Amino acid sequence: MPGSQRVRLATAGARAETVGALGQQPAGERSRSYAFHALLLLMLSVAVLGLAILLIDAFVEGLPRFGIDLFTEGTSALPEESGFLNAILGTLFLIGGVIVMTVPLGVGAAIYLEEYADRERWWNRAIEVNIQNLAAVPSIVYGILGLGVIVRGPLDLGFVVLAGSITLALLVLPTVIIAAREAIRAVPPSIREGSLALGATQWQTVRRQVLPASIPGITTGVILAISRAIGETAPLLLVGAAVFVSFNPSGFFDGYTVLPVQIFTYFSRAQDEYIVLAAAGIIVMLALLIAMNSFAIWLRNRYEQKW
Amino acid sequence: MKKHKLLVAFPTVLALAFGVAACGGDDEASSASGEEVSGELAVDGSSTVAPLTEQVGALFQEENPDTRVTVGTAGTGGGFERFCAGETDISDASRQIEPEEEKLCQENGVEFEEIVVANDALSVVVNPDNPVTCMSPDQVSEIYGPDADATSWGDIQGLDAEYDEELAIFSPGSDSGTFDYFTEAVNGEEGKSRTQDVNVVGENDNATVTGVAGDPGGIGYFGFSFFNENQDQLKALEIENEDGECVAPAEETTQDGSYNPLGRQLYIYPSAEALQRPEVQEFIQFYLDSLGEVIPQAGFIPLTDEQLSESQQNVENLLSGGGGSGQGG
Amino acid sequence: MEARDAIAASGLAAGTPRPRLEAARPRYGERVIKALLALCAVLSIVTTVAIVVSLVGPTVEFFREVGIFDFLFGTNWSPTISPESYGVLPLVIGTLSVTLWGLIVAVPVGLGAAIYLSEYARPRVRKLLKPTLEVLAGVPTVAFGFFAFSFVTPVIQDIWPGFLGDEPNVFNAGAAGLAIGLLIVPIIASISEDAMSAVPAGLREGAYALGASKMRVALRVVFPAALSGVVASIVLGVSRAVGETLVVLMAAGNTPNLDLTFSESVQAITAYIGVVATGDISTQSLEYNTIFAVGLLLFVVTLGMNLLSIRLVRRYREVYE
Repeated sequence: MPGSQRVRLATAGARAETVGALGQQPAGERSRSYAFHALLLLMLSVAVLGLAILLIDAFVEGLPRFGIDLFTEGTSALPEESGFLNAILGTLFLIGGVIVMTVPLGVGAAIYLEEYADRERWWNRAIEVNIQNLAAVPSIVYGILGLGVIVRGPLDLGFVVLAGSITLALLVLPTVIIAAREAIRAVPPSIREGSLALGATQWQTVRRQVLPASIPGITTGVILAISRAIGETAPLLLVGAAVFVSFNPSGFFDGYTVLPVQIFTYFSRAQDEYIVLAAAGIIVMLALLIAMNSFAIWLRNRYEQKW
Repeated sequence: MKKHKLLVAFPTVLALAFGVAACGGDDEASSASGEEVSGELAVDGSSTVAPLTEQVGALFQEENPDTRVTVGTAGTGGGFERFCAGETDISDASRQIEPEEEKLCQENGVEFEEIVVANDALSVVVNPDNPVTCMSPDQVSEIYGPDADATSWGDIQGLDAEYDEELAIFSPGSDSGTFDYFTEAVNGEEGKSRTQDVNVVGENDNATVTGVAGDPGGIGYFGFSFFNENQDQLKALEIENEDGECVAPAEETTQDGSYNPLGRQLYIYPSAEALQRPEVQEFIQFYLDSLGEVIPQAGFIPLTDEQLSESQQNVENLLSGGGGSGQGG
Repeated sequence: MEARDAIAASGLAAGTPRPRLEAARPRYGERVIKALLALCAVLSIVTTVAIVVSLVGPTVEFFREVGIFDFLFGTNWSPTISPESYGVLPLVIGTLSVTLWGLIVAVPVGLGAAIYLSEYARPRVRKLLKPTLEVLAGVPTVAFGFFAFSFVTPVIQDIWPGFLGDEPNVFNAGAAGLAIGLLIVPIIASISEDAMSAVPAGLREGAYALGASKMRVALRVVFPAALSGVVASIVLGVSRAVGETLVVLMAAGNTPNLDLTFSESVQAITAYIGVVATGDISTQSLEYNTIFAVGLLLFVVTLGMNLLSIRLVRRYREVYE
């Protein structure tokens, strides 16, 4: 029989012996055990219920306003005529820029750290710790970085889409690197060794064996990182100044607004119609994120390599 | 290989979405006046004037689809700083430009014009449950003054002592023209205000609406349109004027001057440099022309006929190539 | 590199004339590629340097006009309304208030979920719980802020018992704190569960064999063994809560407050930065520089917590792997 089953039987047997030898369990042990179990389940239900209520509340408040016009109308003076078109397009532009920047840089850094870097060198370890730290820096600090260096300061791009893309790219890059590293690490050493044994150079091995094998994992990681970027608001408040934007961005050097910022802006208005509009926007954003994450999970299941 | 096909598909779909969205989704309004202009207009400044400028801007963009009007709310003071640095084309203001700001503009070679676009009754609002109906500026100063230490409504002299709710005080930030105007009128000195236990909403007047409406002891102040648009949630105090009468903020009382000291005017300041561009000229003309439509819609207090014709005269002079040189009207 | 040498060496050992595995000439392309990739990795260092530089420069200017002591220990935060005062304590206490309520929710719920997942979970519950945690981790913060303001606040206002004092304000620290608590549950749960799973089976089995119940094993064996990981998860959760902006901006208000409170409006550090950002951020002035001074404080505090958390995680990993 399998090893774990053997262990379990042995443990159960020893337990029976011990309990028999020691006599009864301490008084009330059973009921305390049950109580503890119940307590744990209570904690779980708080988490599950909390999430459910959050989603239901947004849904209930926003559904009356939900309609196709949310996707086709931009910001207007009247709440009944306002939609999220400007914001959705702004998000698409912004995220497009983020993808273009983070994928090569993130995958490149991950390849370097996994395939080329000598772990013993202090500077490589420093880079690793640094990436871990950057992943946990509050997002608003990235906003301050964007304001001080990208929008103003040396780069001086102004409050344009490109500045927002760069800021978010820096924010999301550590996550992409970590995810890509996991994917690359999952490729067994034997693949690499076989390739090298046949005379390939290191780069050829990476390019033709390791990278293709890890693309599904990398893609999943990138999609999850991008999902996070789509929901980011705080840094963009600092970097995308104009609060009232009623046009679609026409390029990377245009003003813009994005979905979460637009939701926040609508929320900040006191009239009830705007609060409902904000809730409807949350539904739109959640739908978008669910679609992306489902796609990522499907990708992972479909293309996951079993070595 | 299958994997690669799929992974090519995803970005292609994304690109298609870009294309469709960028091409479609634009308003196809036709221009009534025949010739359309194009270009970008950067407006920043008062959060009181912003809703008016936003609506005018939205209408303007409908008639001229190739224009972009961005409206920021850095506050009257913040707006002037950017304006005098040459960063914006037009500054929204809920008070007149100050001498230091004029000097800054002069130093940077920014010339401007001052155009009155609306009247305003700076409204002091409280929660609808609050029985108080009228307060004098001195009483308001007991709440908002720099040395004020009242913590509940019962602490204010001369008010109904039974309503002793704890004060929840809301105030704009010091970049706000409304703040400047209010502190000067009520506390006697511009810029001096209470700092302890005050919820400083910055330029977010809507937070004041929400805060006062949600708290029985709430009190706040902002431009009339914010009260007008939220009358179901708020109550505006009558203010005791210089003649000792309790006057409510309204169109008539503002226009005839009986709502004092909190009656005022709202301005836009286009820069001379911006006025050389056709789209800015169109916009200023459009602004005045559409006041009749937009002001009631946005809940503002309209100009009197006198004020309107004066502003129109101003604009005519400007656009006909003459115009003033950097001095306020 | 070692693989190639080994294979080459084995060829030598076999005595046959081995084909040359090294390239005929040195491959400069390889070195260029390695350098390019290294550059990508170094970008992360550049980012950190940029963050530090962008924060430190204006902060130094700020401290030329405001004393460090007055900043760190002053009790009046009024950077825009005269008489100006730059004591950051009310902001710190505001952040602490919100974080406190967050932890009161997140620690029991997160640890409970972790213990359940690692010691008790049957496949059915696991199938429900893990996705819940993943979804919680993916919900955007603006949704949490909306939840705090439009659901949590009205509910606690309704059920507020009289003996606790005044009903919570429309903006209050408690609602924001509770929502943030829900937000950080996945952090505490997943890292703690990692730590608990890493405890060797042998320890558990020994305890069971000696007659211990599941509860005892979980509390007396697994939990202490995973303690450093659990603490790491809580530290990381605190760091996340301290850095959260949108929830406090939407639900906690903007009143600098020196009391640790539940029902009153407070102003967190991040909320202050957010408010200034949506107002005037257009000039090099003392007020503008407050963003950076306060931001540096935030960065340093969260950095300290993150480093501590990394240390603790390394400790439990070392012991068992």
